[in-house]
Amino acid sequence: MFKRNISFTEAIREAVFQSIKKDKKLFLMGEGVDDPSSMWGTIKGVKKKFGKSKTIEMPVSENGMIGVAIGSAINGSKVLVNLQRVEFALYAFEQIINNAAKTSYISRGKHSVPIVIRMVIGRGWGQGPEHGQSLENIFSAIPGLKVVIPAFPEEAKSMLIASIFDPNPVIFLEHRWSHFTRGKVDKKFKIKKLKSFNKITSGSKLTLIANSVNVLECLRVSKLLKKYNIDIDLFNLCMPNPLDLTEIIRSVKKTKHVITIDLSHIRLGMGSEIISTILENRINLKSPPIRLGLPFHPVPSSRGLVKNFYPTGQDILYSIQKSLKIPKVKFSQILKEYNLKSEKLPIDVPDPYFKGPF
Amino acid sequence: MNNNLIKLYKSLYLTRFVEETISKNYSKGQMRCPVHLSIGQEACATGLIENLKKTDKLFSNHRCHAHYLAKGGNLRKMLSEIYGKNNGCVGGVGGSMHLQDQSVGMVSSIPIVSSAMGMATGNALYQKRNNLNEITVIYCGDASLEEGIFFECANFASLHSLPIIFACENNLFSVYTNIKERQIDSNFKKYASAFKIPYKKIDGNRVDEVYKSTKKIINLVRKKRKPYFVQMDTYRYKEHCGPSDDDHLKYRNSNEVKFWQSKDPISYAKKLMKKNNINEKKIKKIEAKIEIFVNKQFKHAEIDKLPNYKEASKHIYV
Repeated sequence: MFKRNISFTEAIREAVFQSIKKDKKLFLMGEGVDDPSSMWGTIKGVKKKFGKSKTIEMPVSENGMIGVAIGSAINGSKVLVNLQRVEFALYAFEQIINNAAKTSYISRGKHSVPIVIRMVIGRGWGQGPEHGQSLENIFSAIPGLKVVIPAFPEEAKSMLIASIFDPNPVIFLEHRWSHFTRGKVDKKFKIKKLKSFNKITSGSKLTLIANSVNVLECLRVSKLLKKYNIDIDLFNLCMPNPLDLTEIIRSVKKTKHVITIDLSHIRLGMGSEIISTILENRINLKSPPIRLGLPFHPVPSSRGLVKNFYPTGQDILYSIQKSLKIPKVKFSQILKEYNLKSEKLPIDVPDPYFKGPF
Repeated sequence: MNNNLIKLYKSLYLTRFVEETISKNYSKGQMRCPVHLSIGQEACATGLIENLKKTDKLFSNHRCHAHYLAKGGNLRKMLSEIYGKNNGCVGGVGGSMHLQDQSVGMVSSIPIVSSAMGMATGNALYQKRNNLNEITVIYCGDASLEEGIFFECANFASLHSLPIIFACENNLFSVYTNIKERQIDSNFKKYASAFKIPYKKIDGNRVDEVYKSTKKIINLVRKKRKPYFVQMDTYRYKEHCGPSDDDHLKYRNSNEVKFWQSKDPISYAKKLMKKNNINEKKIKKIEAKIEIFVNKQFKHAEIDKLPNYKEASKHIYV
């Protein structure tokens, strides 16, 4: 296995290039599919390398074009649709929910819809109410869709390949801040099986579940706590739909403490679903489960207004303290070390820690 | 011409008789799903689809019975589907609004207005990219031209020069609402020409005219690989959804109803046959044969079994 240190953006691009080489049936659609930005460089040069038949410029018509992608896909094409923000997919909810998600079901498996719809989640620099939603819980409420959210460059590559070669429609959510992360990525093309969770750190004291950029913060917290003999079972919820909680149930049976962090609003979020299932499994928790995530109001633009909006490393640490009842002296030491290491940065730009390498 | 006429009449009469039988038996409570009957609109389906090849692909909407039958869809499977039985064309998960039969190119019927437009356009894109000698036909109604997705797809189909026919049946009503309250006029040429798509208006109740006009259009679309828009004005006799008449609700003018009934596509086709020396006796013989066949299929559907509930959670994912 040959691994190099590359960025999330490069990992996406490598997955796209290798997949096109592997499968002639694959093509890309997007608004600005070959423009100077090319989705922040993630699909740059596809047209030049593979010819214009591999890229179809989409008119700014999301519902129609996702219908077009579905109509091509039922015949055997593989289509990678590129949307600059999750919010544009709202125009196409009709096609995504009525047709992409239900075509296999209604046709009794005669038709499949091998499309991937990449969507970018915005955050920071004042993105505001309609450029900063993730909506993974909403997509995950629809049977027939797969929802994939990679956090690290390695996941970005392997999960995009897995999504492209999956016969089902996949909603592929990329956090804009994830694009900046770097990490070791296998150069080879491999189709791995998609699974709901990737285990990031192992531990026996507490089960911590997050996804996307929140996993990066959790990783920092988990590494710090390890030094204080508090080992965390940290999971990346990288495919919230379909949701297989077997691994989580096993972990919580062991740790008896659980914290979830939603990328979206806490209310009706993935954390609610996960904790409900844990409770249904009659696991005797030693502390009440804790749900972190976004409060129930839209994402405001001003950096003054997002002050208490996104869960921070401190929020995670305080929640862990609440669960595990870490002695005060020890906890203040932990907090001190955390504050020392995390620089005082503006709230609306990615933490340099998020760049990795991971 | 006589052979063609007989073929067209058979298809028309089959559709009419099937739907009259649905209407007649619906109150028995065994067909437990919404039905949108095409009675009065049959010629729009028959006339055009008779010109298609089996390999040409068809997409339809909530009012899909006539399209399915004209394309050669299996009647027993259609009825079994409407009866919610296990032999249904999609095993009972779809009901009357989701008819499909892949063996004859009846790809999909999607009940949300204009929803099949994108898939049909995508199907045409696939045909074009793979140099197939097939074309795609999307049947839509007048209201579907009020949806954004129609404009999105018309633009795309024209821009990429796709082999697709937008076959629009204008029956003047969206449920109870007249087109006059929904669109500035009922000439759809404006929509087609906005995207430089050639357009033709045809009397949708005259099967010979639909047949002749669309024969040329289909040849053109097949040869030139370009979209075409066909407007067929027609009228539905029954209520928007359900087996009955709803003229007591007075949402449409009784003279208007009478006018369209005087243009009935079945009576018109019958007159045409008589003009071409096909006598009443021969027509009756054709009809009787169809009736026996259809009644038999209804019996089959009635005695087919209900599907096992375990099927309901299958095929969510491939």
